[in-house]
Amino acid sequence: MLAALRCMVMRDLVLAVRRVSDVLTTLFFFVIVVSLFPLGVGPEMEMLRTIAPGVVWVAAILASMLALGRLFGHDYGDGTLEQMLLAPQPLALLVLGKVLAHWLVTGLPLVLMAPLLGLQFGLDTVALEVLVISLLLGTPAISLIGAVGAALTLGVRGGGVLVSLLVLPLYIPVLIFGAGAVEAEAAGLGAGGHLSLLGAIAVLALCFAPLAAAAALRISLE
Amino acid sequence: MSWSEFFAMGGYGVYVWGSYGVAALLMVLEVLWVKRRRRTILRRLGRINQMGAVKVEHEAET
Amino acid sequence: MSTAGINWFKYSSPATFYPLAGRMIPWFAALAVVSAVAGLYLGFFVAPPDYQQGDAYRIMFIHVPAAWMSMFIYVVMAGYAALGLIFNTRLSAMMASALAPTGAMFTFLALWTGALWGKPMWGTWWVWDARLTSELILLFLYIGYMSLEAAIDDPRRASRASGLLAIVGVVNVPIIYYSVQWWNTLHQGASISFDKAPTMAATMLAALLVMTFACWMYAIAIVLMRVRNIILERERHSEWVMGVLEEEK
Repeated sequence: MLAALRCMVMRDLVLAVRRVSDVLTTLFFFVIVVSLFPLGVGPEMEMLRTIAPGVVWVAAILASMLALGRLFGHDYGDGTLEQMLLAPQPLALLVLGKVLAHWLVTGLPLVLMAPLLGLQFGLDTVALEVLVISLLLGTPAISLIGAVGAALTLGVRGGGVLVSLLVLPLYIPVLIFGAGAVEAEAAGLGAGGHLSLLGAIAVLALCFAPLAAAAALRISLE
Repeated sequence: MSWSEFFAMGGYGVYVWGSYGVAALLMVLEVLWVKRRRRTILRRLGRINQMGAVKVEHEAET
Repeated sequence: MSTAGINWFKYSSPATFYPLAGRMIPWFAALAVVSAVAGLYLGFFVAPPDYQQGDAYRIMFIHVPAAWMSMFIYVVMAGYAALGLIFNTRLSAMMASALAPTGAMFTFLALWTGALWGKPMWGTWWVWDARLTSELILLFLYIGYMSLEAAIDDPRRASRASGLLAIVGVVNVPIIYYSVQWWNTLHQGASISFDKAPTMAATMLAALLVMTFACWMYAIAIVLMRVRNIILERERHSEWVMGVLEEEK
């Protein structure tokens, strides 16, 4: 079981390394979207500091959604996905492996890049720490929930825009607790409550999203 | 209470009748929309049916 | 199963349900009209003006039923979708897709009437209050469901995929609701609390309940009408639909 999972993760990572430009596109999208906000709302540091958590979180969500099409897209195109459906290992496990690899190449770079962007918005060290932890807990949940949407819209015309309609409303709790953690820390309330709830959401998504995504894949490929 | 007083709703007429007006409008539109859809479907199925019948006759002749 | 006397599975076949629905529609429609007239009479002529809100509170008689309906319909829709996915019954999947537009309509109505009620009471069309925000997210969920169904050409795949989405959505609705409430208490943006219900006169409550009943009857009637359309479309190749076509002429 674990061998299959590891095999799946390694395979997707190798494929991703061969297409580094895809990974970079997501990352640059994230950076550019975040950098647009000071230009849009003005350079006052006080205001930028208050909106920073929300801006970084919304940009992270949009960036990881941009990458959702690649999660199953290539495997669907060349027929690998149908072979996975026939594999003796449970499909949910294989989906989990794919999501994990997808998070490593799209989610993790965003988490690592976030403190740099936070500095641009004048966040202090403690806030940066909380921001990184919240992204570290939240982006896996985002990849997992997004996998369900990606599986449902596989091969559907206009799938790229459609998937955003499907999954964005489902991301709202992650956004609220993720950005809220930083704001609560800044307000002196402590980020513990938000972060635990974020962790709870991530665990829930880890348990149920692979199953739902596997069911969605079966529907899309039957 | 006079009718004009009733429609004024104590100064809130716009809001009250705006709410109920849009509610009534949406419900009537929804009914009309579903009914029109039904007519379209029946007409189309009727055409398909006729085409099928013509085809069967044609096949019987040959 | 058949020990219950009535074979319920008989009615889960589109061929038997189609004429049954046709016979039921006029009754539900009539009940909707009668109870709407009664409810509006109670709401506008019997119920006294509110001592704080004057006559503006009368928006409640459409706002609250619409908000209730929008949530109930989503849950019912997800229930039908689950039945359709688990037991592979065609009719449940059709019911789920027939419910969605009506649910979205009620959600929009709840938002619209909420804005029109908010303007005179709080001086603003929109507040980022937990309930209004949740209702807005519910509208997004309906839109997602309907767009996914519309985007897939194969009706079987469309109903299964959107059904799964409805189930995922209904699992998320409580999480979304509580997170929005949490967010709202943290920010304290809207200082208006409408959790403490104003003392409601008995006639007000009666009008509210009658109007809710009217909305239920309307929803059932329109959903049955729409499910008949969907049945005709999806079953057009079967023998009995040809028979229906002959009758309609």
